[in-house]
Amino acid sequence: MIATSHDPASAGHSLSNGAGWWKYASPHAAYFAIGRLLPWLLASGIGVLGLGLGIGFLVAPADHQQGEVYRILFVHVPTAWVAMVVYVAMAFWAGVGLVMNTRLSFMLMQALAPTGTLSAFLCLWTGALWGKPTWGTWWVWDARLTSVLILLFLYVGFVALQSAIDDSQRADRAGALLALVGVVNVPVIYFSVKWWNTLHQGASISLGSAPTLAPDMLLGLLASALGLWLLAIAAVLARLRCVVLERERHTGWAARVAEGAA
Amino acid sequence: MLKVLTHAARRDLLLASRRSGEVLAALFFFVMVAMLYPLAVGPEPALLRSVGPGVLWATALLASMLSLGRIFGHDLVDGTLEQMLLSAEPLVAVVIGKVLAHWLITGVPLVLLTPLIALQFDLSAESVQVLAASLLIGTPVLSLVGAIGGALTLGLRGGGALVAVLVLPLYVPVLVFGAGAVGAQAGGGDFSPHLQLLGALLAASFALAPWAAAAALRIALN
Repeated sequence: MIATSHDPASAGHSLSNGAGWWKYASPHAAYFAIGRLLPWLLASGIGVLGLGLGIGFLVAPADHQQGEVYRILFVHVPTAWVAMVVYVAMAFWAGVGLVMNTRLSFMLMQALAPTGTLSAFLCLWTGALWGKPTWGTWWVWDARLTSVLILLFLYVGFVALQSAIDDSQRADRAGALLALVGVVNVPVIYFSVKWWNTLHQGASISLGSAPTLAPDMLLGLLASALGLWLLAIAAVLARLRCVVLERERHTGWAARVAEGAA
Repeated sequence: MLKVLTHAARRDLLLASRRSGEVLAALFFFVMVAMLYPLAVGPEPALLRSVGPGVLWATALLASMLSLGRIFGHDLVDGTLEQMLLSAEPLVAVVIGKVLAHWLITGVPLVLLTPLIALQFDLSAESVQVLAASLLIGTPVLSLVGAIGGALTLGLRGGGALVAVLVLPLYVPVLVFGAGAVGAQAGGGDFSPHLQLLGALLAASFALAPWAAAAALRIALN
């Protein structure tokens, strides 16, 4: 991904004189680097996800307890991983932004939030579709379900706060603080709902008690997880480009790009 | 620092006593919402006894949240908050003082009212004791964490609904352990772990929340 050739779009621009990776901390350099990277990410994401889902839906054997229904796993588990890790990444960039005061970190934080929200929602949705045939109910107040629901609410709160503040500097810093407060709370929330349930009712069906996976299932799961990761990164970076253009609209290069696109 | 703290708390208490209508409205909100549930779910004593502690805890959460805007809101409007940020005294002390005042105005009356409202839900005397103890430990956490939300949403459009969206997910552990203590007592179990965990939440939020709220105030006023 080290730039060897220039995009036609960046003609007349040499990437700034920073050394190594640090130069991509500049929104300008990042914008064009992502532009080159994006088609590859998108293509490999679609390819790997297609491969993973293909193995999962067509090749992997049916589960001897759940039958065909278990195949939702190949969508459900990757979305859960993305939803959780994206929140931690968001908080990480929030911390970097607050400490180093770098603009791109805040922009990345802002770009991560909608992807995290969407995957948390998809995780709950596919989980409900899975729960109805296997547990006989769309929803139970199980520890995992509840903590993903609260994770979704944390995302919603973050997005709502950012969109309620017009001044982008205040929006960045307030959102970053909220993301950090939320990430401190995530383990607390997780353990609180977990203990609450074990104290109140017998343990519901948990993923830990699932039968060990057949090799084909494991391969399909890993491939679809990797594919969804690539797609999520592609979506975040594509959104980051939009955020960069919007925030840098006062600069000459952004105006030229916008004119070219229009 | 302690002097700043007590001064900030005393000032907020004095202001609240001069505008007692607001304080009473939040209390009556608590009483009225708690009354809605028996009317809505039906008057069977066994049902009320089982939902009572959870209902009272959720209602206390809402009542405490309702007044979060007041912690910093009035001071923002009349410019006092700006002076507090400019002053040489530590802002954290002011924040702790204001949070203390918020708890004394909203949290403590809720604890005192609880035995009365618990009668409507036919709770036993032991349950009421555990409920009051859990509220006594838990409501300061609500004020501490809520102060962050109040500071973040300072002066924003639609602040009331926004503060709910920000703060309610963070309130979940308090609700779970608080209502869990009473549930464990009613089930004949040991309720002290719940109260200890509530105490741990109180200690952790007391150590972190005032600093986060002070940082949020600096962000809001830039």
